[in-house]
Amino acid sequence: MNEIYRYFLIFLGALLIYNILLIRFIALCPLIGVSTQVETSIGMAMSVLFVMTMSSAASWAAWNYILKPLHVGEFLYIPVFILIIASLVQFTEMVIKRTSPSLYRAMGIYLPLITTNCAVLAAATEAVKPGFLKLNVAYHFSLPETLVYTIGVALGFGLVIILFACIRERLQTSPVPHAFRGAPIAFVIAALLSLAFMGFANLLGL
Amino acid sequence: MDLSLIWKAVIALGGLALLFGILLAIASVKFQVKTDPRLNDLIDALPGSNCGACGFPGCEAAAQAVLDGKAGVDVCLAGGANAAKGVAAVMGVDTTNTQRGVALVHCKGGLAESAPRAIYQGIDSCAAMDKTGGGSKACQYGCLGLGTCRDACPVNAITIDEDRRRWVRRDRCTGCGLCVEACPRGLIEVVPRGQEVLAVCCSRDKGKAAKAICSVCCIACKKCEKVCESDAIHVVDNYAQIDYDKCTQCGKCIEACPTDVLVRVAPK
Repeated sequence: MNEIYRYFLIFLGALLIYNILLIRFIALCPLIGVSTQVETSIGMAMSVLFVMTMSSAASWAAWNYILKPLHVGEFLYIPVFILIIASLVQFTEMVIKRTSPSLYRAMGIYLPLITTNCAVLAAATEAVKPGFLKLNVAYHFSLPETLVYTIGVALGFGLVIILFACIRERLQTSPVPHAFRGAPIAFVIAALLSLAFMGFANLLGL
Repeated sequence: MDLSLIWKAVIALGGLALLFGILLAIASVKFQVKTDPRLNDLIDALPGSNCGACGFPGCEAAAQAVLDGKAGVDVCLAGGANAAKGVAAVMGVDTTNTQRGVALVHCKGGLAESAPRAIYQGIDSCAAMDKTGGGSKACQYGCLGLGTCRDACPVNAITIDEDRRRWVRRDRCTGCGLCVEACPRGLIEVVPRGQEVLAVCCSRDKGKAAKAICSVCCIACKKCEKVCESDAIHVVDNYAQIDYDKCTQCGKCIEACPTDVLVRVAPK
């Protein structure tokens, strides 16, 4: 497989074909929770992109340089990754608060939310165990591949949550039957969006 | 099973945890941001709904503005008196003079009281009706009753009944003044909340002319002026006006008024 083409496939697979929200149904809580306004969903998407990229890179390093050499990765990776993500988010929050108050105001309230977000953990896990792409099972991502993959996942998350927020903003002025207002109609729309994204299945043999 | 795995696991996880713990401890000292300890108390005192009615982007910004002296303790419109009390307690100032007023529509006449002179068929907007030949009401000063003030009210404090009389719910009104700007006839005034005796007519028509078209208008008879012991009420421009600073709210003018233009509202 051509080098650049492989990066492209990894990116596209993470972004659309195996979209974390609509195809794999990970991180449904922010999809429903922070998607009522476009502005907040953009903030959430940016924070996820930021945290996910950092935490995946750190998790990749921890896996390859600590867990794998000690042969403890198979049963220890989840607690270790949670530890890494939580510390990293805390650390970033402090640094941002000190260095860039405006960025902190834009992302501040989302950062603690992301600490325990399953999408971040899923991306970190798959960076070291890329099981879903139809690649060799024993295949392991290199660091650049991890970054490309994670950015793809995060952008896929952002794409869907912003799309979803646009629809929900429109919904607020639509005559939705009373029983369906709020979360029920949001789930119906998520399902329809998910069906649409399933159209990407098997694109480019992925 | 290889027992050394246990040690390795403990070392890997424990070592990482220790490393991150130390890192965070150092970072928390090094990247410490000094904030005013009152800021969090202020944020707690505000409703936290980030509605933005105060003109600041969110409650945190409003709290910061109070600390910076850019806003008073009554910064929060939605929170009203309760929020002001909380903010004032944090800032250590008195709330007695900071209580916001309450809206008053200076007209009592609905369809039953005030004579019409035309039939208005147009969009439901006081401004539109006012522009259309001065509206359907014979009185050129009174309320048109189509509810532009009600639509402008962010807290639904104004209601219009089927007779096109409007009622201000004083428990809901926050005195924000949006309705004052909305009224095309300038009938609404934000009056001090403690003021119970109020004059509710703005008609500049002379007594007889006013009486002919409205049963609840000020006819400028000056009876209230005569009974007032504190020189607080005067007929200016053919309608009674109260000086809220001088008024002792004795209520003698209310008894004297022949057309019920002077009223006493229930204290809150």
